[in-house]
Amino acid sequence: MIYLHLFLSYLKIGFFGFGGGYAMISLIQNEIVVQQGWLSNTQLSDIIAVSQMTPGPIAINCATYVGYLVTGNIWGSLLATTAVCIPPLSIMLLISMFYKKLKSNRYMQGVLDWIKPMMVGMIGAAALLYMNKETFIDWSSILIFAGCFFASWKKINPIILIAIAAVVGLLIY
Amino acid sequence: MLWQLFWTFFKIGAFTFGSGYAMIPLIEQEVVDKKKWFDKESFFDQFSLAQSAPGPFAVNTAVFVGYKMRGKLGAFVSVLGIIIPSFVIILLIAMYLSDFSENVTVISAFKGIRPAVVALIAVPCVRYFIELKKWQMPIAIAAAIAIWLLGVSPVYFIFGGSIIGIVTTYFKKP
Repeated sequence: MIYLHLFLSYLKIGFFGFGGGYAMISLIQNEIVVQQGWLSNTQLSDIIAVSQMTPGPIAINCATYVGYLVTGNIWGSLLATTAVCIPPLSIMLLISMFYKKLKSNRYMQGVLDWIKPMMVGMIGAAALLYMNKETFIDWSSILIFAGCFFASWKKINPIILIAIAAVVGLLIY
Repeated sequence: MLWQLFWTFFKIGAFTFGSGYAMIPLIEQEVVDKKKWFDKESFFDQFSLAQSAPGPFAVNTAVFVGYKMRGKLGAFVSVLGIIIPSFVIILLIAMYLSDFSENVTVISAFKGIRPAVVALIAVPCVRYFIELKKWQMPIAIAAAIAIWLLGVSPVYFIFGGSIIGIVTTYFKKP
């Protein structure tokens, strides 16, 4: 049963995951933490951190990790990763086939105009969800946040930032 | 050709970190500059459509490049190439990190990492937000608050947005 739920959940995440990895975080959080209760918020946030430090798309990394944690074996990983890829693969294939027609379609443009603010809202929700007591434990964590925000705004590589934050964590905690 | 597609996307999957946007320069370099599968303009044209499809950008890009070169099979092989590196690496971490997570060193490192991750999510959010049109801004804020505080699934916002988009286009003069 858990395999069926895992498959359906990640199929849903793949299907509604507009806006790329960061927007998908709030979708994953809602599905995995709020609705299914498979992981805690902190567990998911740590998985996101690991996903950012390892190569590959965040959504794929996350699916592989959650699939393993929930079932305790490789098949869960394989199932979740496959499920999250099926909708983008099929939808993007259709788009590639009808690319010329879609490009000039005004309905497509109308839908995109309305989906765009939703995507930004989803990314915003992901950020707000993790601005909690587990993340901000003291003044140092607020300083780390501010420093990383500034550095990332200046387009400093995220892996370097996470590595520095890890070292700072080791030094002060 | 199939092998070339697989290998190209395998390399991209293995050597790019972070969000899909970080992958764009690398994909462009491989597909446009080195392999000459696309000219620059049609690559970015198709890429903007890839952004409007659900799912990770990297997967969507693999699909349209693979499809152009070798049809459906090409798309499938390219996706496989981009996924396998992350899959293997994350699986290894998932299998062995569970023992680590009790480790004092790992715990304090993650205390430092968590606020950094939030900052990395907040930055693109602010960047996209200021690029929105005026009328889109309150919608984005409302969606963020509803998902955050009320735990509403983002699925409803994507659904609702699509329907409103279709209806408003219908009533707008072409």
